[in-house]
Amino acid sequence: MAGLSYTSINQTRMATGEVYCQTLIELAKENPRIVALTADLGKSSKIGEFMKQFPERFYQFGIAEQNMMGAAAGMAKAGLIPFTSSFAIFTACRALDQVHTDICYQNVNVKMIASHAGTSFGQAGTTHHSTEDIAIMRSLANLTVIVPADGIETANAVEAAVEHEGPVYIRINRGYDQQVYETMDYGYEIGRAVTLHEGSDVTIIACGSAVFQALQAARELDAVYQIKARVLDMHTIKPLDKAAVLKAVKDTRRIITAEDHTVIGGLGGAVAEVIAESGMATAFRRLGLQDKFSPIGLHEDLMAHHGIDTNGIVNSVRELMQLDFEEDLDWEDEV
Amino acid sequence: MDRKRELELQEFAATIRAETVKEVADLGFGHIGGSLSVVEALAVLYGEVMKIDPKNPDWDERDIMVMSKGHAGPAVYATLALKGYFPMDWLKTLNKPGTNLPSHTDRLKTPGVDMTTGSLGQGSSTATGMALGRKLAGSDSRVFLFIGDGESNEGQVWEAAMFCSHYKLDNIVWFVDYNKKQLDGFVEDVMDMGDFQEKFEAFGFHTQTVDGTSVREIYDAIEAARQAKGKPSCIILDTVKGEGVSDLIEIELNHHVQFPEEMANRALEQVTAALERVRKELANV
Repeated sequence: MAGLSYTSINQTRMATGEVYCQTLIELAKENPRIVALTADLGKSSKIGEFMKQFPERFYQFGIAEQNMMGAAAGMAKAGLIPFTSSFAIFTACRALDQVHTDICYQNVNVKMIASHAGTSFGQAGTTHHSTEDIAIMRSLANLTVIVPADGIETANAVEAAVEHEGPVYIRINRGYDQQVYETMDYGYEIGRAVTLHEGSDVTIIACGSAVFQALQAARELDAVYQIKARVLDMHTIKPLDKAAVLKAVKDTRRIITAEDHTVIGGLGGAVAEVIAESGMATAFRRLGLQDKFSPIGLHEDLMAHHGIDTNGIVNSVRELMQLDFEEDLDWEDEV
Repeated sequence: MDRKRELELQEFAATIRAETVKEVADLGFGHIGGSLSVVEALAVLYGEVMKIDPKNPDWDERDIMVMSKGHAGPAVYATLALKGYFPMDWLKTLNKPGTNLPSHTDRLKTPGVDMTTGSLGQGSSTATGMALGRKLAGSDSRVFLFIGDGESNEGQVWEAAMFCSHYKLDNIVWFVDYNKKQLDGFVEDVMDMGDFQEKFEAFGFHTQTVDGTSVREIYDAIEAARQAKGKPSCIILDTVKGEGVSDLIEIELNHHVQFPEEMANRALEQVTAALERVRKELANV
């Protein structure tokens, strides 16, 4: 561990991309194998600062994501730990063939930092939204998929990615994230969900920018409606923390997922698979983009539009509370 | 290079060609056209130029070959088997269920293959990344990359070319297998690539065009490339798709062909006779 200690103070001063870059700079001081790559998005992704610190370890590819992903695979084969910085849409869609064959199939040690994810670059237009990338990347064997809730969790994820041998996809937002964590010291671990709020009536499983909204929703549900909602920060989409999902099913019998992404195949899809295969009847709902592309707007407005802001989650939870679920507590006779 | 060495490399090339034909004959179909056009270049690389240790395929100091036109796998496999990377028997398993020798070269399956290829254009970037990585590590090992002329339709090829030039990667040599044909027909009809020599020069490469069937010209060009400092090198191999097998050359669409027994037998006779001619000449030197 690099002994990093980012706190909420740092985060209020830095966009999530800046936290990523500063984290990588700190890690690179101790680990000479780390190199940074970008495809003309050094400024937007904030990784440009890395170039000032380590000019000889920074590679500008120009507007050529496919070449960057392929070359990253080759560099990893030569013993380096390449961090690619581009927008999520260009990482998961533009360069998917290279990500598939050069990085994931060959299982090489490339870390892809995919910024401006979900609708966080809302005003740039639908060409720059990335609302399918979790589903795409989750389906690739060998790949670890992480969607941090805020800047501090991004720092943890980047640090964990360096220690993890193999390809990693980290999906972060443009700009400043709403703050979920106060310090880095909460026991972050790839593949282990964080319980942010305890509850016995319903569990909200969220990732990325929806985590803050889920937490706000849980507080409101408790204060206004006396509904006790558990909130899980499911930062790792793959490998998914199945135990946390199944425990939530057993304990609360109602599950709702929230993500800044299509409801098809992402966090909601992953959780649905676990629940369906468990054989346990559950009241269940997926929040996110309902098989639609997003309109253009500010991130917070788009989250409201898609029902993944605090109000949207509160309303969906209240609806879900009206749904029936099986009262039989003995699951053993059903599987 | 003296005449004897030249003949030895010609013999190696003729042997690779014969083994390649046998592989595809055994299967009954395959990517034989574009395999046969890179045989002489493979013979020069593996017979003379490259630092390799077939008993230790992952040797850190080795030179690297990336066959970005991964469908030339049969020629690569024949070369690697003849060098002792794996038993010759494996060549009979080409493309068959459970094989270690898939239709397109695969690093995870075949000893001696350093990069998985098959999705065209990708090898240009992965080879570039390996060249950059070796340079950063202070290694003097070299990377040899094969791309096809049809493959060069892919934009990624030119992304990688720009990068090699921008970062002055003088430890990589690109070979363009200029065999003039791609899957749907002649390159100039499908997507005319114009003048490769001019294109690569314009991209900042030290560029040479050679007779792709001449081991001497290929060898001399590789040596000249070694002297070109501060820029990547490109060697355009003027070749014929299906080189050495008349029946194949006559087929217009000879990228992936059926290879029935009668045609395979004629092909085997022709490549075996060529091998015998070289051996006879070698015996007299």
